[in-house]
Amino acid sequence: MADNLLQDKIPTFDKKGDQQAGNVSLSNWSALTSGPGVRTWFEIIAIALVAVAVIGGIELWIYFFKVPQYIFPRPLLIGQSMIEDFPVLWPHIIVTVKELVSGFAIGATIGMVLAALITQSPFAEKIVTPYVVLLVCTPMIALVPLLILRFGFGSEPRIIAVTLAVYPMVMINSATGFRRVDLAKIALARSFGASTFQTYWKIRIPMAMPMIIVGLMVGSIFGLLTATGAELVGGKDGLGNRLSYYSSLIQMPQFFACIVFLALIGNLIYVTFFLIGKKWASWEA
Amino acid sequence: MRNGDARATKLSVEGATKYYQTKTGQVHALEDYTMQVKVGELVCVLGPSGCGKSTLLWSMAGLHGLTRGKVMLDKQSIVKPHPQIAMVFQEANLLPWRNLIRNIELPFELKNLSPSKYRARIDALLKKVGLAGFENKYPRELSGGMQQRASIVRSLAVDPSVLLMDEPFGALDAFTRDEMNLLIQQIWMETGKTIVFITHNIAEAIFLADRIFVMSPRPGRLSRTFEIGFPRPRQLSLNTTPAFIEVVSEIKGSIEHGGGHQAVDVV
Repeated sequence: MADNLLQDKIPTFDKKGDQQAGNVSLSNWSALTSGPGVRTWFEIIAIALVAVAVIGGIELWIYFFKVPQYIFPRPLLIGQSMIEDFPVLWPHIIVTVKELVSGFAIGATIGMVLAALITQSPFAEKIVTPYVVLLVCTPMIALVPLLILRFGFGSEPRIIAVTLAVYPMVMINSATGFRRVDLAKIALARSFGASTFQTYWKIRIPMAMPMIIVGLMVGSIFGLLTATGAELVGGKDGLGNRLSYYSSLIQMPQFFACIVFLALIGNLIYVTFFLIGKKWASWEA
Repeated sequence: MRNGDARATKLSVEGATKYYQTKTGQVHALEDYTMQVKVGELVCVLGPSGCGKSTLLWSMAGLHGLTRGKVMLDKQSIVKPHPQIAMVFQEANLLPWRNLIRNIELPFELKNLSPSKYRARIDALLKKVGLAGFENKYPRELSGGMQQRASIVRSLAVDPSVLLMDEPFGALDAFTRDEMNLLIQQIWMETGKTIVFITHNIAEAIFLADRIFVMSPRPGRLSRTFEIGFPRPRQLSLNTTPAFIEVVSEIKGSIEHGGGHQAVDVV
């Protein structure tokens, strides 16, 4: 049987597919990946000098203007806390990362599978999309108190919250990717006898890859946000829990140490997906 | 028929009619189109843009069905892509995420064949089209002409007996197009493949074809057939000879005046 996808398609290659490929929605992929590359020693030294100047400037500002510690602790004290309190904070870092990774793994899988399924049928997509948009736009942290009632103060409610935050993000972006059908490329694969599965595997998934990676990146950052927020709302451990603990005791160096660790986790996520994107989606830019 | 050619028919289109269902209603793309292509023949289908040429070719490739009529390869009805038929698409249609050699290996992967077994054939083809040494380049790093040569290698590598070419050089500049036409003639003379070549360029059609099928638009139907008898191999200088220009103006006239289907001997 001839391919029903191509059945009522007039074979005009009016560049529409290519144009759609250009506007990667939510955030243009090239915008995410084409950060200025650091090349020379001069640039590295300049970056380091600016960092020293900023941190040193804050240090001096706090010293000369006698900024009280409960407003902003001296950077040196934050650094000291990061080292001295590390053994205490480490288990909490692990808890947060575990919640993030498990929630993300579940959410990303659900998101990608659902995206692949709903883009099969424009009708299904029309019905499902409003709910996905609703989920994207609702802060999942709001559900945490409810989840705690049901699942207690452990990691489960937070993993569920992370999953709920990640999967619509991944799904909406992946769906955009799968919708970018380039008829000519599908016809190419078909003309060499490709099956539906092969068309997906060799053409549609690689074409969708830049958008999928954008979805994973945005989803994981949302996941970190939700994990931290959920720990703040209520929980017995995790970096979010430590934030509320240290702020209640006005232990600001420790409080800021937690923030720096969260920032490091977030940056690690960004760099990871940046590198994945460079490897798997650089053809797009 | 000038040659009185006794070769068997390789590919035939019989009464091909195609309607598209679109949001704005029915589009009548092709009406009762019939043609026979003989074994090892190089024919051109010539017509203005939007006259149903690509629709015809997609049907011949088994990419989509006809509303009425049929396409036959040898004694077989074509209703889905056939391993003996390979397509060369408008522009090069290379996959931007694969380098050149991986692009050429795509058909083998799709047919579950190991490309390494066909490495010698692929290398020979790459050498012939002047792409040896570019295996690891990505499409965006290649010129339009190089991309289209790569796509020709991709189609030839699986050794089809029929090559369907859908305005392959439409996006190329005139010089590169001349070069590519010479290459097609050379490949055709060396391999003896049956080639159906679609174009809207009259000179290109005359330069390449044994026979030209002229189509008229809306709906696409066969308006006239021309036999082109210039000896082979044809040189680019042929394009400026009075005999060639005479054929150009005759074909141009036939497109402008329309008219019923009749076979005409030329040259």
